[in-house]
Amino acid sequence: MLTKSISGSHAVILSLLEEGVTTIFGYPGGAIMPIYDALYDYDKRITHILTRHEQGAVHAAEGYAKVTGRAGVCFATSGPGATNLITGIADAMMDSVPLVCITGQVASPLLGTDAFQESDVVGISMPVTKWNYQITDAEEIPEAIAKAFYIAQSGRPGPVLLDIAKDAQFQKLESFSYKKCSKIRSYIPEHPVDPFQVEAAAKLIDAAKKPLLLFGQGVIIAQAEDELKAFIEKTGIPAAWTLLGLSALPSDHPLNVGMLGMHGNYGPNIKTNEADLIIAVGMRFDDRVTGKVSTYANHAKIIHLEIERAEINKIIKVDVPVLGNAKKSLAMLTLNVKPNSHEQWVQEFRTCDQIENEKVISKDIHPEKAGLTMGEAVRLVSEKTGNDAILVTDVGQHQMVASRYFKFKRSKSNVTSGGLGTMGYAIPASLGAQLGAPDRTVVTFVGDGGFQMTLQELGTIVQNKLPVKIILLNNNFLGMVRQWQQLFFEKRYSFTELQNPDFIMITNGFGMPAHKVTKRDELEAGIQKMLDHNGPYLLEVVVEKEDNVFPMVPSGASVSDIILEA
Amino acid sequence: MNQEFIITIFSENNIGLLNRITINFTRRKMNIESLTVSQSAISGISKFIIVVNSTKEKVVRLVGQLEKIVDVLKAFYHTNDEMIYQEIALYKVSTEYLFESDEVEKIIRDYGARILEITREYIVVEKTGHKEETQELFERLNQFGVPQFVRSGRIAITRDPIERLSEFLKERDALLSQMD
Repeated sequence: MLTKSISGSHAVILSLLEEGVTTIFGYPGGAIMPIYDALYDYDKRITHILTRHEQGAVHAAEGYAKVTGRAGVCFATSGPGATNLITGIADAMMDSVPLVCITGQVASPLLGTDAFQESDVVGISMPVTKWNYQITDAEEIPEAIAKAFYIAQSGRPGPVLLDIAKDAQFQKLESFSYKKCSKIRSYIPEHPVDPFQVEAAAKLIDAAKKPLLLFGQGVIIAQAEDELKAFIEKTGIPAAWTLLGLSALPSDHPLNVGMLGMHGNYGPNIKTNEADLIIAVGMRFDDRVTGKVSTYANHAKIIHLEIERAEINKIIKVDVPVLGNAKKSLAMLTLNVKPNSHEQWVQEFRTCDQIENEKVISKDIHPEKAGLTMGEAVRLVSEKTGNDAILVTDVGQHQMVASRYFKFKRSKSNVTSGGLGTMGYAIPASLGAQLGAPDRTVVTFVGDGGFQMTLQELGTIVQNKLPVKIILLNNNFLGMVRQWQQLFFEKRYSFTELQNPDFIMITNGFGMPAHKVTKRDELEAGIQKMLDHNGPYLLEVVVEKEDNVFPMVPSGASVSDIILEA
Repeated sequence: MNQEFIITIFSENNIGLLNRITINFTRRKMNIESLTVSQSAISGISKFIIVVNSTKEKVVRLVGQLEKIVDVLKAFYHTNDEMIYQEIALYKVSTEYLFESDEVEKIIRDYGARILEITREYIVVEKTGHKEETQELFERLNQFGVPQFVRSGRIAITRDPIERLSEFLKERDALLSQMD
């Protein structure tokens, strides 16, 4: 495509169109005004979502990216606009979310002069971006944007930031032509899978008596859901997901043995230390998954299927690495292994499930006490949406409960902040998720703490008529911190109790209907009313103030020291 | 156990890359003992030589993280005995000591240093060698007074008969052509 003499700003928009961008989340300001002016001419082809805060824009872009698998795009102005993006960019870096963030910058002659709304965004964002670049000449725009999308979306995805000086936005390009980026000499997004590594892995798999497969978001990013299923079904190996691996396999698959980690299921945690082989796929042995590293999976040989070389041997010493794209490596592995079954071993997980069910789950889902639990609300919403909704969660107790009790049929249905643990993520992420998946039901669980960090985005949801269903699980506490204070700090509840506002009135103030439920006999009808409502809706569920999330691997303990009750 | 490692990084020559590299050290609270950036033998490719005191385990992990940087082609780590390395030091000494006795001249000869410039007020002495050697010379000269002293970062080349980068670039070209 060749266009004559256009401005840098138009080049930005045309480049985004070339990359297939249809949705941008952003917030205008002085240094990005030329780009916003150019955007004004493209309202038929690009939907711009004006959030109420730049943090909202970046989390919304993350939510959009998670459900579509494509890069989320956001705009912000220089200085505070750009610095407000940083939390979301750091979040995306930790969770491998593809983002292209475009920030305005003061005009290039003013760089380094402490000009109004100048901040060194390239410097500030460097540790939390996969790549970033400052543009001071409009001629660089098409190539830089092509590079940005290629880097953000290839290999292990991540956020990139382009900082565009205001004079470059005004400057005329001699001509505009766009060529997508397909390679960079210094960057190999994925290495071809080595058949020798696959063979070595297959040998270990065929010989294993108690193999356990752990899978993470890498399966979703690589779109390797079918390959994962084929592999476990051929080998009969039980599979456990990480927090970010949720929904990559249907919840009710007979070989799905639940969630790993600090508040994961009893079986996969206990059995990690009994397994003789761990096959890790697209996961990075986060400390919330491993617990105490020195005692982790000590009886097991480890196979690690991973796209990012630096992740191999980073935390856990691996016996057989399989470097490359999980879609390819899993398919090759499936061809190389012998059909097998491990019925008795899988049965041991089911026995663990029974124990967990008795000690934890039944009390959470069918409580006998008067107060409502987070667990019963989550399970009911899951069932009433046919276990086929997109789940968006914030960070804390409700996040762990929702991850444990929500059920999935389809991949890319879990939107949460894992690595960074960003409170305030859910409300803006939910609006991005809904825009990315307009035909699906998006249900968002949020606590009373996190809700108050970004609740201004209710305005964005209402303005754009996004039918997000928000379930506010209100325990009047910063619940997870309170739980730790109770268990590990002698119940010294230091600054975790909140004096909350009238959430219904606040939500109504934004023009969104809301309803409050405090008793069990109101819960089901409340949820039904929310789901039946055509449009956004907030249901406040007042839950027990001092409920705890169990099971729990105490911080610093081994995964097999998981506790079921206090 | 902590020991000295020489980290060699080959990269594209792009603005800001030095910062992107050094934050990986800062983040892990690893002190950079010395740092040199120069062009490599292959045009357009920069070479960073960074000396750290650390454990092998930490250095291996660090090198992995450095290779993740988009503009980095390849990073290596070596122990001191695997490389030939040098540093250069300059010393300023007052000229009067040269005339008072032959001691300064003798020290310069003994250390294989050379005089770069002589003025009425001062002489400038240059010495290349390992840090211990340039440091020792500093201490000897400082008996007379060294008002200015500077030592460069370390430069180093491997003892390998082949340049590993050219081999790496060949492999890289093959990989890139597979991506078409």
